[in-house]
Amino acid sequence: MTVPIWITLLNIFGILAAAVLLAALLTWGERRLLGLWQDRPGPNRVGPFGLLQVVADMIKLFFKEDFVPRFADVPVFILAPAVVMATMLLSFAVLPISPTIGVIDLNIGLLFILAMSSMAVYSVILGGYASNNKYALLGGLRAAAQTVSYEVFMGLSLMGVVMLSGSFNLREIVSAQQDGWYLLPQFIGFVVFFIAGIAESHRLPFDLPEAEHELTAGFHTEYSGMKFGIFFVGEYLSVILISALITTLFLGGWLGPWLPPLVWFSLKTAFLVLLFILLRAALPRPRYDQLMQFGWKVMLPLSLLNLLVTAGALLWIG
Amino acid sequence: MNSVIANSVYSPTPYRAAAKSFIGDLRSQYRHNKYWLQPDCPDMPTLWTDSRSLLPLLRFLKAEISHPFAMLYDLTAIDERLRINRGKGESEQPKSDFTLVYQLLSVQRDLFIRIKLALPASHLSAPSATSVWTSANWYEREIWDLFGIEFIGHPNLRRILMPSTWLGHPLRKDHHARATEVDPFKLTAEKQRQEQEALRFKPEEWGMARASDSAEFMFLNLGPNHPSVHGVFRVALQLDGERIIDAVPDIGYHHRGAEKMAERQAWHTFMPYTDRIDYLGGVMNNLPYVLALEQLAGIPVPSRAQVIRVMLCELFRIASHLVFYGTFAQDVGQMSPVFYMFVDREKLFGIIEAITGGRMHPAWFRIGGVAQDLPRGWDKLVREFLDYMPKRLREYEGMVLKNKLLQKRTRGIGVYNTQEALEWGVTGPGLRATGLEWDLRKRRPYSGYDQFEFDIPCFDGGDCFDRCRVRVEEIWQSLRIIRQCLDNMPPGPYKSDHPLTTPPRKSRTMHDIETLIQHFVNNSWGPVMPPGEVCYPVEATKGVNSYQIISDGGNCAYRTRIRTPSFPHLQMIPLMARGLLVADLIAIIASIDFVMADVDR
Repeated sequence: MTVPIWITLLNIFGILAAAVLLAALLTWGERRLLGLWQDRPGPNRVGPFGLLQVVADMIKLFFKEDFVPRFADVPVFILAPAVVMATMLLSFAVLPISPTIGVIDLNIGLLFILAMSSMAVYSVILGGYASNNKYALLGGLRAAAQTVSYEVFMGLSLMGVVMLSGSFNLREIVSAQQDGWYLLPQFIGFVVFFIAGIAESHRLPFDLPEAEHELTAGFHTEYSGMKFGIFFVGEYLSVILISALITTLFLGGWLGPWLPPLVWFSLKTAFLVLLFILLRAALPRPRYDQLMQFGWKVMLPLSLLNLLVTAGALLWIG
Repeated sequence: MNSVIANSVYSPTPYRAAAKSFIGDLRSQYRHNKYWLQPDCPDMPTLWTDSRSLLPLLRFLKAEISHPFAMLYDLTAIDERLRINRGKGESEQPKSDFTLVYQLLSVQRDLFIRIKLALPASHLSAPSATSVWTSANWYEREIWDLFGIEFIGHPNLRRILMPSTWLGHPLRKDHHARATEVDPFKLTAEKQRQEQEALRFKPEEWGMARASDSAEFMFLNLGPNHPSVHGVFRVALQLDGERIIDAVPDIGYHHRGAEKMAERQAWHTFMPYTDRIDYLGGVMNNLPYVLALEQLAGIPVPSRAQVIRVMLCELFRIASHLVFYGTFAQDVGQMSPVFYMFVDREKLFGIIEAITGGRMHPAWFRIGGVAQDLPRGWDKLVREFLDYMPKRLREYEGMVLKNKLLQKRTRGIGVYNTQEALEWGVTGPGLRATGLEWDLRKRRPYSGYDQFEFDIPCFDGGDCFDRCRVRVEEIWQSLRIIRQCLDNMPPGPYKSDHPLTTPPRKSRTMHDIETLIQHFVNNSWGPVMPPGEVCYPVEATKGVNSYQIISDGGNCAYRTRIRTPSFPHLQMIPLMARGLLVADLIAIIASIDFVMADVDR
């Protein structure tokens, strides 16, 4: 089946634009939601419901002096924010948003996303390193350690899904959930992946690389203007990406009755994004060593156990 | 004029008995009779001694006397060179140009005593008390900085409040108090270079090595601008990875010279300055100041004024503790509670605004009473708040205190025991979190606190978590006290009839010329307080706060010493933080509950 070129182009640019726009809008959405939960208005001055806050922020960031500290490692300093943006956007390419919407149908889609999200951590590490600032360095170090330990079971937690569906192809994984979402049979996998996903996107309670109260701003202490903005958009992109991925892998992707597939996918993803924000409003931050212990001593054994049980069950059913 | 000025009568306090028993113990247990007991301070025994017998006397008082004085409560100096009234006859004080004042506290005796050491201007040096109390370190640095008195044997006698390039010692009487008294300030290129050079961080000067045998250390400059240091406070960290090898606090960024200002503000006009010492404590700062002056001049305070004062102070205690509670949660990464608590605090400020007209700094207490009577309908506002708050507090308990992540972050972190707390001069919730049930409101009641029913919350973990729990419980107790104020507000005047009350009562001014003159003088110059020396400690929001006031019979203080709880608390940070992680240090800093204005004054 050949798809007309304009459809492909529409898909490519549509998803690209939607992802970036949504990520930018999320900066407003998160602040409004946090405001709602914290008994305060949040940004509500610019435009209807403060919706144009995003525009105002963008204008501010674009017109700020593009400052590069003279002690920084300049090429790396500039490259770092680009990395997170590029890897996150590339990951969106393989996401199956609905049966007809999606840029590319890779048969190793899941692996591709895992690879991209591993690449994204370079952004933090390089940013921390190139800033030549001690807070940034500590943030970068934390990010490296955190990602190394959380990547391990992030991948492992998904292997159950792969076993059940027998494929790395995200579209096939969604189709395999026709009879039931993987949320139930893979509940442990879901929980582990969700937690690892938070860690991957450096959101509270796993925001140690940029822990404001300890490291002022962590890896992006020295960044300002649009470079800082890109780190931020990158973070929100990764929140959306992880939510979309969970939707795809555990919540049956676009599947659902009555409503069109795109709506189902968006609803599920939006719900997960909401959960991300709610977590941020609710939880304190664990200490760095506690986070590591939790990763290696609880999450890793859990995901291994999940893998073992899933494999055993599959063999037993035959 | 003398006829209209009140006599110098200290109002008697119930601590005369404790003082007497101390003097008896001292006479019977201290063999070396090398001190002189000043006879005119019956409430706070004052011993004069000389340089050679100072340390033995301090050691004896700290450890050997029965019910020892475990805490060096305060250490300060007086520039006596311009002072006229230094006692007459048998209570004439020894000749002295600069006097060192060591104030000690015994928690068993509930007694403060003073040790004084006279120094001639020609030889301004004294033995360092750091070998007796580790906490003397910062106090002696402060005296060196502000008075230029040298301490022999001090490990690190550097300036602490003023910049290291400062010339002169500000609290000396010959140091200018205003910039207009000296030539205009000029910053030349050379001076700028020197100032910049003085800011360069050299670990050796801070007593830290650059490397050990196995590792090269990283020095992290935390502050003076950092999201978690609660103001302009700096800690130089010596790190191995993220582990803290040593932490050296650096203060003085918030120093405004409140003590120097007190020497040229009239008694009454200094009141607003006190508000800004512990800027979260509001009128709680006025209290020790007015209490001290009232004791000095023997001004009786009507009971209604006392209860109003207690109510306002407890409202401010809640406001301050709410800020602590919220920022404590915030500093361990919990984002939301602080917003809820600021909403409650806003409600509190609503009440305070209705009563006083001010919010954070009402400067509302007056010598001899308060500024105004309570407004109509105050009871409704207070009652609404009392009914509203408990539900919120229970909610916060589930949100913050019962949160497992928060407990994991704060339990067993920054631990010290009661003995260490006393050694380092810790008072307030920080002391009660170590299991010592010592609250000045119960042990030395003032302003009628003995008439109220309340408990002293006390936990014995001595860690960050318990310091938080103590404060949360204190909010509950404060609500109890306010409820009693509400139900039992006595009728009567809100201000004393005493002639030194400010602003003076006007009712009889039109009847005789004497009161008219007195009213006029007290309004224009301010009251003239009788000469004398008083110190009145109160249990403020963050610990024991006191104003030690020396009057030389003028219309402003000869010397005002503000002893704040946060100053010694910060000195303890290295002890609590060594060996822990950077994140723990943040929890520790949050759990101390300080404001930098309270530290630097």
